[in-house]
Amino acid sequence: MSNNDQKAKTEKSKRTLNRRELLKLGAMAGSAAIVTSKGFHASGQRLRINYGGGGSGSFPLCNDRCYSNCPTISPPVTPFMAALAIPPVAQPSQLTPAPTLAANTAGGEAPRANHQRWTEFLPAVYYDFHAQEFNHSFHPQYPSQPVWGYNGYAPGPVIKARYGTPILVRVHNDLPANHIGFGDPRIVTHLHGGHTASESDGFAGEFYSSGLFKDHHYPNILAGYDTFGVDPITGLRGDTRETEGFLFYHDHRVDFTAANNYKGLQGFYLMFDPLDSDNENDPNPAAFRLPSGQYDIPMIFNDKSFGSNKILAFDDFNLDGFIGDQFLVNGAIQPYLQVARRKYRFRLVNGGPSRFYQFFLSSGQNFTRISSDGNLLPAPITQQSVTLGVAERVDVIVDFSQYPIGTQVYLQNRMEQCNGRGPTGNTISPGVNVLRFDVTSNAADPSRVPATLRPLPSVDTSQAVTTRYWKFDNSRNGQWTVNDRVFDINRVDATVRKGTAEIWDLKNEGRDWSHPIHIHLESFQVISVNGNYWNSGGVPQDDTGRKDVITLGPRDEVQVFIRFREWTGKYVMHCHNQIHEDHAMMIRYDVVP
Amino acid sequence: MNRRDMLTEGLLATPLAFAALSQDAQGRATGSVRGPRADYFPNFILRTQDNKPVRFYDDLVQGKIVIFNFFYARCEETCPATMANLARVQELLGGRVGFDYHMYSITLDPRHDSPRVLKDYARMHGAKPGWLFLTGKHDEIDVLRHKLGYSDPDAVRDKDKARHIGVIRYGNEAMDRWAACPVEMNPQRIAESIHWMDFPKTWPGKTRT
Repeated sequence: MSNNDQKAKTEKSKRTLNRRELLKLGAMAGSAAIVTSKGFHASGQRLRINYGGGGSGSFPLCNDRCYSNCPTISPPVTPFMAALAIPPVAQPSQLTPAPTLAANTAGGEAPRANHQRWTEFLPAVYYDFHAQEFNHSFHPQYPSQPVWGYNGYAPGPVIKARYGTPILVRVHNDLPANHIGFGDPRIVTHLHGGHTASESDGFAGEFYSSGLFKDHHYPNILAGYDTFGVDPITGLRGDTRETEGFLFYHDHRVDFTAANNYKGLQGFYLMFDPLDSDNENDPNPAAFRLPSGQYDIPMIFNDKSFGSNKILAFDDFNLDGFIGDQFLVNGAIQPYLQVARRKYRFRLVNGGPSRFYQFFLSSGQNFTRISSDGNLLPAPITQQSVTLGVAERVDVIVDFSQYPIGTQVYLQNRMEQCNGRGPTGNTISPGVNVLRFDVTSNAADPSRVPATLRPLPSVDTSQAVTTRYWKFDNSRNGQWTVNDRVFDINRVDATVRKGTAEIWDLKNEGRDWSHPIHIHLESFQVISVNGNYWNSGGVPQDDTGRKDVITLGPRDEVQVFIRFREWTGKYVMHCHNQIHEDHAMMIRYDVVP
Repeated sequence: MNRRDMLTEGLLATPLAFAALSQDAQGRATGSVRGPRADYFPNFILRTQDNKPVRFYDDLVQGKIVIFNFFYARCEETCPATMANLARVQELLGGRVGFDYHMYSITLDPRHDSPRVLKDYARMHGAKPGWLFLTGKHDEIDVLRHKLGYSDPDAVRDKDKARHIGVIRYGNEAMDRWAACPVEMNPQRIAESIHWMDFPKTWPGKTRT
């Protein structure tokens, strides 16, 4: 579907929407809702719309917060000139000096606590990662320019891990210490979604300087390892319902997370087990045989801004959230992907810094959604659109077999967002074409989408030892706060006991801000949204699976049921709008034995 | 600063007043190298609590590690606590304030907050030498506030001075490295954040050649 001559249409909705209303909107988008022809959005501002007829592909912006070197409109580019880049799979390597239980500070390692359960989960595979600066092409019409990434790739190499096989990732900081401009060359890497010991989790305050390295021990065990026996089907110890497949690693340096991620310090981490086995031809009768190999493609979405010199620009004076006007997938502006007439598994993650997305296929085809935040659902669900707050993930199956060769299908973002505080609530049709699928060939398709995937763990709220209340707000004097306090890396805001379950009540006090809230260490299950409980169907479909990020729309209050298992030490919960996160909308919680 | 600005401020007669602040304690000529984002910053003339005229970019920012916040003397609800916190930050930074680190508190109520008012205010909050309290023209301070990122997309809230007093902007101008933290943060954390801006003392590692 060509978007060249289409005028903007704004499906008007309420000025501020809570989450349920947003979901309702998602359901009705595409049908003929009330359309205003004048193109005013909720606050009455005229939309500035350029849908790419002139080649820019720009999204309507009301970027009134860009006071810094962030231009309102980036230099235009011709969309769909470059193929989607898929980073290579990381290859194991030897490490010198060899990894050790205690930090090898004499050998150049940054300080850290001893690895927990090191000999029990001795790493079987090592990876050698170097965070470094190198030249990168965002688009053929922009000059190749310095970015930050890992081993020469931004996003970094794809780590393919297996449950039951512990690995160790050594991340050298090879960034230039004398770097000038946004981004801080002191880093710490978080594995988002990982069930990881504290010392390897990438605690925001434990960043380290250029010239040092840090060893990250990823045991790749199931949550519930200590309380469940061995599962007869997978042979894995732990709660197989807690299996997670789609994680991502990214920088977590306190105060500079947004800039460091914006410069490229992000990458994919995929996990497999005997069911989700990375093999669509798997002879194991229990295997799901989801599309695999070249048909299993991770995509990270970022919005960025470029100066008149076509060099990446960032507004590091912004306190509300950063909105870019160019849309990137895997580090390239509006790429295309040649696909065969068969099923694909696309793993979508919102890499931030602040924007929310609502994706549609231009052909009107539905997504077959199979996961939430990397966790396979009990059964696939059919959705016309998928919505992603920052750091949220979905896996979707898209079958291109219905299209003749030569068809072009766009992945469109229709979520309107005018500043970093959150979406307006308007859905824009057709939105911006973020990625173009070109159907170019035939291919065999042995893959399957089973009718049942992974069951959810049962929720028994009587097991919760406490309910903690967390209130996310912007104080009268402009500070982002949690429970009226600002982050202190050395202050413990909650102490939880290992092996227990709790209910965390997350409340957004803001009337016009949205906050994607992320809790480290464990995925959780949503038990209520605005007073409506899961066991009476009160949780929207998007949030019924296991998650580790929950988006709080204006005034939303969500309760989650969460367990704390296997590991102890310091962890964080924070808003994953990276600008809010960098301005102290974060708490520390410690897990104690 | 152009000639007209200077005339408006009646400052052409006292150009020498600027010279003293254009060097730091080590005699580094902070005025000699313009940072990568020099053109972004206004060069408005402000006045210190000692009624000394200073140019915003040339004298206060260029080549320096800086700490900004906004306040106003008649803000009685929250400003006293935040200024007390900043006084603790100054203590924690020891004698380096005014030399390696530069603390600037800019009033959002310049029509009321004359240099004399600022002087009393600084004394009342235990500010030690090296911490400058600054006033200037109302419209220029408004531009400065927006430039430093203190604003609200809602026009009504943007005019509420109290909206803009909760955040400290800190950075290293020569490195073009900028961040912010809440003014109510633990003063030790704030002091650490400032120290982390001190290149190359706290920034070991490989350098780009």
